[in-house]
Amino acid sequence: MKSKSDVKLIDGHGKRIDGRMPHDLRKIKIEAGILHRAEGSCYLEWGGNKVLAAVYGPREAVPKHTQNPLRAIVNARYNMAAFSVEDRKRPGPDRRSREISKVISEALEKVILTDKFPRASIDVNIEVLDAEAGTRCAGLTAAGVALADAGIPMKDIPVACAAGKIEGHVVLDLGKEEDNFGDADLPVAISPRTGEILLMQMDGHLTLKEFDEALDLAIKGCHIVSDIQKKAIMSKYESVLEVE
Amino acid sequence: MPVISSIKREYLSKLAEHGKRADGRKFDEFRKIEIETGVASRAEGSARVKIGNTQVIAGVKMDVGEPYPDATDCGVLTTAAELIPMASPDFEAGPPREDAIELARVVDRGVRESEVVELEKLCITAGEKVWVIFVDIHILDYDGNLFDAASLAALAALFTTKVPAKRFELGEDYPLPLRDPPVSCTFVKYNGVVVADPSLDEEEIAEARLTVATDKNEDIRAMQKGLSGSLTREEIKKVIKSSVDNGKEIRKILYKSIGK
Repeated sequence: MKSKSDVKLIDGHGKRIDGRMPHDLRKIKIEAGILHRAEGSCYLEWGGNKVLAAVYGPREAVPKHTQNPLRAIVNARYNMAAFSVEDRKRPGPDRRSREISKVISEALEKVILTDKFPRASIDVNIEVLDAEAGTRCAGLTAAGVALADAGIPMKDIPVACAAGKIEGHVVLDLGKEEDNFGDADLPVAISPRTGEILLMQMDGHLTLKEFDEALDLAIKGCHIVSDIQKKAIMSKYESVLEVE
Repeated sequence: MPVISSIKREYLSKLAEHGKRADGRKFDEFRKIEIETGVASRAEGSARVKIGNTQVIAGVKMDVGEPYPDATDCGVLTTAAELIPMASPDFEAGPPREDAIELARVVDRGVRESEVVELEKLCITAGEKVWVIFVDIHILDYDGNLFDAASLAALAALFTTKVPAKRFELGEDYPLPLRDPPVSCTFVKYNGVVVADPSLDEEEIAEARLTVATDKNEDIRAMQKGLSGSLTREEIKKVIKSSVDNGKEIRKILYKSIGK
């Protein structure tokens, strides 16, 4: 097992272990509407992460006692494939995936116009096929595209991105080694139109000044990812127009 | 649901009387099959299979573990299938239900009993340490015929699997030792006709289902009948013949996808 001091995450010129500069994102690819049965879907690659999201609903919430007479409930279900990590993960939800499901559900609930669909549920399934640091941001970002593709009325398309600290430097979008051996990770989801923060978690150690810098950087990252999301949705419907 | 089913049944039965299917296929014709390998890079092997709109992904993970007490010098193979709620509005989250278990077991039998994986070559120390293979199948999009999509995905994933010997400090990585694979073909019967590769609508109204796996010598390697309807001997003969014919084509697609 490698220890923290064995790995040099950033060199004297600010170049990171995978060749990125501090403010660079990993490569992102988003495709909307790739599943047939789901009402909306999205396939997203973010660095080495590969994530699928599918949306069903609004439909009657079951079991009945979960129904809210005033609004729809949002059920996000984050699930990792057994083969998505180095050592096989036992199938099914564990404590980590339940927690991520909860914070993602809450983030999505804020932007969806849930009061339009009393007693309904909107189900968002997120499957991680390949995991390499930052799967919750990738999952939430994919969910945003799938919700838009499903035509669920929303105030905005939610988007997520993380910033962090490695060897004293604040950087955008931690990669695998940076996540394992870095000093702090700050995943953030926003509503890009209003700048409202929908999800925020942090682990590690940041000074107040570093936190400000990291949050600014994460939000900047969110806006870049948001543009890619919108292009992905547009390009699906542009191709529909061409066919017609 | 029953109302919709009976309308569907009437429509599809009428078409069948004229020798037609809803999507224009012939009775013994499969939908378009696409196989893409290497879709999950953290897996030892992986593949995504599309049969029409049905989409399935399979990933192989390997570990070092203990052998079964009745086969102490053989590797261990397990197959699991998840009908995740992503794939259909009717699938629910939670522990695997009967359908998922039947699917996993049929695929598992197809892979294990056909001895496509040379388990006897996966022994590290007899009686103590052997390679353990996990094949995990995720149904992503359910538009009928999961049996064939799942077993084809499992095969394609196995054929791209590299034994991760380096990670366990057991020498260099090497390809998983495999024999020629049997290919499974599924048929359903409704209104007196038997059709290959059922779509979801055809599955919903089906009276009987039969899956036949055949190998390249045209021998039968596994079978599973499902649902409460019956089949005649002639129908079974026809199904086997068509399985051999379709199997040949599918085997070609499989070999092409793995560059063989």
